[in-house]
Amino acid sequence: MNIESNIKTLFVKTPLKLDCGETINDFPIAYETYGSLNEKKDNAILVFHALTGDQFVTGLNPITKKEGWWSYAVGPNKAIDTKKYFVICSNVIGGCMGSYGPSHTDPHTGNVFGTNFPILTINDMVNAQLNLLDHFGIDKLFSITGGSMGGMQVLQFISNFPDKSKTVIPIACTSSHSAQNIAFNELGRQAIAADSNWKDGTYSSNNTNPNKGLAVARMAAHITYLSKKGLQEKFGRKLQEREDVKFGFDADFQIESYLRYQGSVFVDRFDANSYLYITRAMDYFDLSKQFNGNLSNAFKATKAKFFIMSFTSDWLYPTQENKDIVIALNSIGADVGFVEIKSDKGHDSFLLDVPDFLSALKNFLDKSYIEN
Amino acid sequence: MKNEFQVISELIENDKKVLDVGCGDGILMEFLKKNKNTNIRGLEISKSKVQECIAKGLTVIEGNAEKDLKQFPDKSFDYVVLSQTLQAFLDPELVIKELLRVGKKAIVTIPNFGYWKVRLHLLLKGTMPITKRLPDEWYNTPNVHMCSIKDFFQFVRSKDIKIFKSLAVNNQNVSIIKDSNLPIKNLVADLGIFLIEK
Repeated sequence: MNIESNIKTLFVKTPLKLDCGETINDFPIAYETYGSLNEKKDNAILVFHALTGDQFVTGLNPITKKEGWWSYAVGPNKAIDTKKYFVICSNVIGGCMGSYGPSHTDPHTGNVFGTNFPILTINDMVNAQLNLLDHFGIDKLFSITGGSMGGMQVLQFISNFPDKSKTVIPIACTSSHSAQNIAFNELGRQAIAADSNWKDGTYSSNNTNPNKGLAVARMAAHITYLSKKGLQEKFGRKLQEREDVKFGFDADFQIESYLRYQGSVFVDRFDANSYLYITRAMDYFDLSKQFNGNLSNAFKATKAKFFIMSFTSDWLYPTQENKDIVIALNSIGADVGFVEIKSDKGHDSFLLDVPDFLSALKNFLDKSYIEN
Repeated sequence: MKNEFQVISELIENDKKVLDVGCGDGILMEFLKKNKNTNIRGLEISKSKVQECIAKGLTVIEGNAEKDLKQFPDKSFDYVVLSQTLQAFLDPELVIKELLRVGKKAIVTIPNFGYWKVRLHLLLKGTMPITKRLPDEWYNTPNVHMCSIKDFFQFVRSKDIKIFKSLAVNNQNVSIIKDSNLPIKNLVADLGIFLIEK
């Protein structure tokens, strides 16, 4: 799906050995860029997207015809100023916006991969994305950033390639998926698997989609992105276009209607198998385990300058989990700044118009660039 | 810049690694970075002050000295600075211990409760002293553990902490505190600055 003329694609020739043991060859990475790379090639920022994001960071997404997922933060004169910086973002492998994933055809069988696509990790995703640097002839990025799963990729990237970025900005993330994180992801996967249209992932050969399951997965996940206070203030017990409850199972409450809507628009732009693969990659993420339980060792080789941000009302990747990364960095004397941003908007704060967050991001980038 | 910061920066040689605990809006950090080529970090509890520091391009961590100093390894800084905040901690003894663990040396400044204006205020008015350095009322002051220069002197000695330099500050005047002049300095100085090491 979605392989359209307005998707830019890099075909990676170098074989990539995945954590699961399999190797992928000649695979596509779909990417987008904003702004322009300067002559010294020292103004590039690699942005990593979250679970359901894609390469279309800002402006109009040509596929969904909606605003890019980080339009508040990225653009001319914005926090990540595309007049100044060259922003690169690619669809993660396993995704469904053009990069190699379960909706692609298996060259060996001629059938769509479905669940025969190899299981991926965050490590595999960033190893694939390193190819973008060669493609643009960039020796060292000015910065890498992303929120949520994007932040996990930031951490893995700088751990794998310690001298490939001058600054590092993980936002609202964790170094290791918690039991609660895994639980919510499993809920989503089970919702998809329970949809009779899923058919063990082979739905594309039947021209059907497990839309109901995927919508329920999205609804459950969406709740985790918001805060209780935010939900209460926005919806409370307000009724949906009715004077009183109807004593039935229609969407009486606005919150129900809102969630149903979120589920229904999501299935138009996202592939159910990709949802399985990407949530699995997040669950497998445990950076400290990769370094025998010592997270500090993940960052020992880098001299990059870190700036970490969390949000007060984020209960999915709470401040303490972000602080654990700060602590690991401080314990090896790394250059790390940290601020917890006050916001009622929950985990989604990093995607929204939260002025303290956007100004901190802008100030950190612009001041670091001057010292560059 | 405050005279206090001028004095602190004179205690720090060029090219050192320094942690400013309770760095506020980062004025001292900025000065040290610019003039002493200091590799400077800050720890600050106020979100808005942290934001001001970020806007100045300073590396600051939002946090609380009582809880968040423990993440720094032993002797990981040449100097740790604590300016006029010791009296605001619930456990100043623990904070001093942590400062001296994290830093090879610590520079601590204290508003002097033995200052004559403070004494006079209590003596004559019979109410909690309010001065330029201690502007808050008793019910809204963040200061829960006030001490005098003499108190601090006796405290560090009792803990086997070495004092390298003690300075008494009164407006623009800076003078050295010795055992012989301690009672008088404790009366005329409104601020004490101490360079200490464990």
